[in-house]
Amino acid sequence: MNFPILTFLTFIPVVGMVIILFLKKENVSAIKYTALLATGIQVVLAAVLMSNYNYSLGGINEASSFQFAEKFRWIEISDFPWIGTIKIDYFLGVDGLSTPLVLLTAIVTFIATLSSWTIDRQLKGYFALFLLLDTGMMGVFVSLDFFLFFVFWEIMLLPMYFLIGIWGGPRREYAAIKFFLYTLFGSIFILLVMIGLYFSTTETLADGSKVFTFNILEMMNTANYTVDGILSPLNPDNWRFIAFVGLFAGFAIKIPMFPFHTWLPDAHVEAPTPISVILAGVLLKMGTYGILRFNYPIFPELTYQLAWYIGLFGMINIIYGALAAMAQRDFKKLIAYSSVSHMGYCLLGMASLNTMGISGAILQMFNHGTITAMLFLIVGVLYDRTHTRNLDDFGGIGTQMPIYTGFVSVAFFAAIGLPGLSGFISEIFVFLGAFSYDIIRVITIISTLGILLGAGYMLWTMQRVYLGTLKEKWMQLKDLDRREYAMLIPLTLIIIFLGVYPSAMLDVMNASVNSMVKFMQDSQVFFSSITGLQ
Amino acid sequence: MSENFLIQLSVIVLFLPLLGFIVTLMLGKKIPKIFFFEVFVLFTGLVLSAILLFGKLTYFSDSRIVSEFKWIDMGNVPVFGSINIYLGMLIDDISALMIVVVYIISFLVHFFSIDYMKGDIRYNRYFAYLGLFTFSMSGIVLTHNILMMYIFWELVGISSYLLIGFWYEKKSASDAGKKAFIVNRIGDLGMLAGLLLLFITYNTFSFEQIFGEIAKGNLPFNSEFWLTVTGVLIFCGAIGKSAQFPLHVWLPDAMEGPTPVSALIHAATMVAAGVYLVVRVFGILTADAMLVIAIIGMLSAFIPATIALTQNDIKRVLAYSTVSQLGYMIMALGVGAYKFAFFHLVTHAFFKACLFLGSGSVIHAMHHEQDIRNMGGLRKKMPITYATFLFSSIAISGIPLTSGFLSKDGILSGAYAFGSLTGHWLFPFIGFLVAMMTAFYMFRLVILTFHGEPRNKDKYDHAHESKFSMAMPLVVLSVLSLFFWYTPNPLSPDAGWFYSKWIKDPVIYTPESARWDFMKTDEAALTHSSAEHPVMYSETYTEALHHSHGPAVILSLLVAISGILLAFTMYQWKKISADKIAEKFKPLYNFSYNKWYFDELYDKTFVAGTLALSSLVAWFDRVIIDGIVDGSATVTKAVSTFTGKFDNVVVDGLVNFMAYLSAFIGLIFRRFQTGKVQTYIIMGIFSIVILLFLFKSF
Repeated sequence: MNFPILTFLTFIPVVGMVIILFLKKENVSAIKYTALLATGIQVVLAAVLMSNYNYSLGGINEASSFQFAEKFRWIEISDFPWIGTIKIDYFLGVDGLSTPLVLLTAIVTFIATLSSWTIDRQLKGYFALFLLLDTGMMGVFVSLDFFLFFVFWEIMLLPMYFLIGIWGGPRREYAAIKFFLYTLFGSIFILLVMIGLYFSTTETLADGSKVFTFNILEMMNTANYTVDGILSPLNPDNWRFIAFVGLFAGFAIKIPMFPFHTWLPDAHVEAPTPISVILAGVLLKMGTYGILRFNYPIFPELTYQLAWYIGLFGMINIIYGALAAMAQRDFKKLIAYSSVSHMGYCLLGMASLNTMGISGAILQMFNHGTITAMLFLIVGVLYDRTHTRNLDDFGGIGTQMPIYTGFVSVAFFAAIGLPGLSGFISEIFVFLGAFSYDIIRVITIISTLGILLGAGYMLWTMQRVYLGTLKEKWMQLKDLDRREYAMLIPLTLIIIFLGVYPSAMLDVMNASVNSMVKFMQDSQVFFSSITGLQ
Repeated sequence: MSENFLIQLSVIVLFLPLLGFIVTLMLGKKIPKIFFFEVFVLFTGLVLSAILLFGKLTYFSDSRIVSEFKWIDMGNVPVFGSINIYLGMLIDDISALMIVVVYIISFLVHFFSIDYMKGDIRYNRYFAYLGLFTFSMSGIVLTHNILMMYIFWELVGISSYLLIGFWYEKKSASDAGKKAFIVNRIGDLGMLAGLLLLFITYNTFSFEQIFGEIAKGNLPFNSEFWLTVTGVLIFCGAIGKSAQFPLHVWLPDAMEGPTPVSALIHAATMVAAGVYLVVRVFGILTADAMLVIAIIGMLSAFIPATIALTQNDIKRVLAYSTVSQLGYMIMALGVGAYKFAFFHLVTHAFFKACLFLGSGSVIHAMHHEQDIRNMGGLRKKMPITYATFLFSSIAISGIPLTSGFLSKDGILSGAYAFGSLTGHWLFPFIGFLVAMMTAFYMFRLVILTFHGEPRNKDKYDHAHESKFSMAMPLVVLSVLSLFFWYTPNPLSPDAGWFYSKWIKDPVIYTPESARWDFMKTDEAALTHSSAEHPVMYSETYTEALHHSHGPAVILSLLVAISGILLAFTMYQWKKISADKIAEKFKPLYNFSYNKWYFDELYDKTFVAGTLALSSLVAWFDRVIIDGIVDGSATVTKAVSTFTGKFDNVVVDGLVNFMAYLSAFIGLIFRRFQTGKVQTYIIMGIFSIVILLFLFKSF
């Protein structure tokens, strides 16, 4: 296909943003529908992408098996002092790792746009920033050039800061600055490693000359490292180790991984509903995606060395997040901590370094994206009506809003991993994969406690909010309206569909996960051979 | 009738109730009469499952029919090789029998509920949930692999959550639902671990393939110990679902659900699932695993029986009796009495469902009164309920001519034989003791509820016999508890079609070295096996079983009758005062009345512990971690303030000082700048003089 679908996917929101900027501030519905249209087109494009997707191509480290790839020189400066020629590519492409997340981003953003209908001030600015954020997220998932990736990564940061800081709750400034500083702190690590990698790898141009490169596929090939490069595998110092940890920490903040997670509850509590949806639905996945895309194939030997720790942190996330969730009184905070717990499954699955576990982790990213998005929408629906999120204020909502509670049940049961709903499949895959890797077997068994604790806090919340006798002050609450149906039904259908027929998603990622596992094993052999030489 | 037909039938039987669930749930608000659809679906399912059973037993009595489809195809995967996850059906005698039992009870419960639940605000939703439950349970029964078993296992968990907490306006009901689900999940964790172990060892979930590998001698981690662990872990699932000690605490609380639900899930189906699971994996249990199972079963038979002696809530007595009877079945499996365990599962399903529905009928008639101290004399008002309740009590006590006698006696003689072979005499001893207690508390219940004078005149006067839709299931169920459905000989099931034709001896896959001695197949066993005298395991075992039959019959009759007589002496004829005994053994009475304080213990330890831990984590998160984050912000701020101050005071101060200094100097020197030529000349001369002096000194 010659149509540059990824560029369109990424930049359609920016087009929408520009249109919105030219619209009059008072023209509220035009602004809203422009945003809806932009994100709607994105969904259509994502669907087109899926329907043209070739399931047998692996991607990961082979440029030729990336799909819908677009590549041209973006920045070229010759004779730059000290360095020589700087060449940076505009390089986009998707494989089985990113396609599920591209799809997720499109869907969640569209639904978040619908959810943004309730935003009541400074709509123009809100939607402009919202669309810019969308571009940043999409760009992160489709870029294959580290520099480009980093640009998108930072683009996403600023709108998020303002969206929380301006449209958020009472402590919005604190939350926004916390989010911003945390992520920026992580970005610094990523930036340093990026520069380190840049000065260690070269790509061979058509004329045979070698230049430094930001192309991550070239970074995965050990032959491309310069002999004296700081991050060269031959460098006897521990720079590669430090780089791995730094890069990992940069991404781990985004997941968020214990102990870097405390920005999340604050950000969620203060953010308006649609932003919470985006945050939980898409942003958190950037962390795990980054680790899979960068840490794993670029530093395979260290990944093997440190897999146990990744699993350990996964376990801590699962248990710690679940326990912290149990103690919360604020509905949103509870869901935020449950996200910490659920993202732990991703880490655990990734630590398995085998197909089952990594597929489970990616599937968990997708499923967590849909399920938690739904959970935040659910909180939002309730908050819009009652203006409180304190769990003790509720009770008996199930009697008053039965249809809404039906959707709640689906989301809650999916979150506790009920079979037939999507969360179960990813959890069981994570457990199967992780348990297969002997060094993290004990960790896996301890992690299964998470599904018990998960059931505990979810059902307790269910009881406190939806069961019991209805309080008098909630007797005039209305059940869902049409817009809310439009938000909840698609997510419900996805959750049920992937619960019953998980292959729909597993097949997309299968080839890539397999080639990744294979690639890492091969590299492991290579690395152990050079360690032998030293 | 082909195998394919049976498979299709089983698939239809499985999915019919799901259809009922979806339709009833979706249309429940719009069409008030939609529940008829659900009842009709169940009836269809019942008929189809009966055809399934008939076809299976008639045409394929010796084969296992398996059909599967690939659910998840991971293809050829590094590390594992090829991974395919299948879903599928397994129809053997056990599953075909079980599915019919499930459908009979489920249909009768649906039928019973039509009147029982009349007027409920969520009437249709109740039927929808029943459909979901039946679907989940059918899945457990018909599955051919352990992953699918686990899937439906969880679905049963959630549908029981919905049903137990059906009247969720009551806090106690929603508490009970939550408790049931969570306690069940504790057991499920064990089952999940067992499933993981099986998967990493055999790369498959299919029972047949796993069994085949074990028969070939492929064990998890190549050790019998790990096979034992696997067996026990899978059994953990059964501990949860079948409410075995120490996870039995959810079942009595689950009585908060509507009574027909109790009949469905706490008598015949959900709690039976655990026993069914052990039946399914019986072939891979090692001797050690069986011993663990037997001990758990024994404790679960004994503890709840002692509790049931003193309870006053009609449903709670039945609940504890259920746990106790399930303990019996589990113990039976543990001691190797496999066929009797399944036999008892079936017979118990009918008479316990009858008892629960009977109690429902009483509760309905008494306007939701459940305390037997407020009942009495109801036999005149409710003759049908009384008759069926009484008959089921006779059956559960193990009196001849009932099905209960056959299966219970079988379990006891199995335990007796086990004792004689291995020296573990505690199992039969507890078995007989529990049989006596069962007879006692059941008749205590019957007498206090139906006999004597009414103790609450007001409620008694309003009581009435239930309508046809409620009476009919009672009659059907008690008729199903008669012996002739199972065997022509009321004293022994040996020659009966159920015991010797329908349930086959289990095939043991465990390596010989890991079995009990009596379970090793010996030559004699192979030669002596015949239709009249089927040989289980080994000749020694058959002998032992044969010899234990006589004493077991006599003993079990003795204990049952003495239990019943004791109940009559205490509560009917009042020769012995129950209150006085309670007074005399006050600590014991309290211990029993308060259910051995299990709930209190768990609340104080596990529940409170988890909550305390969770508060601790939340505190840690808020104070320590966020403290560090905010602290580092504060420190940064402080540093920046300091640098700011430093900048202002020191650096700028220095700069300003220089400025001041120069200004000051300027101030002084300004004086010299008078603009008068005379002054300048004088200063010039002075300067020259000073300079001259200076230079001279060098």
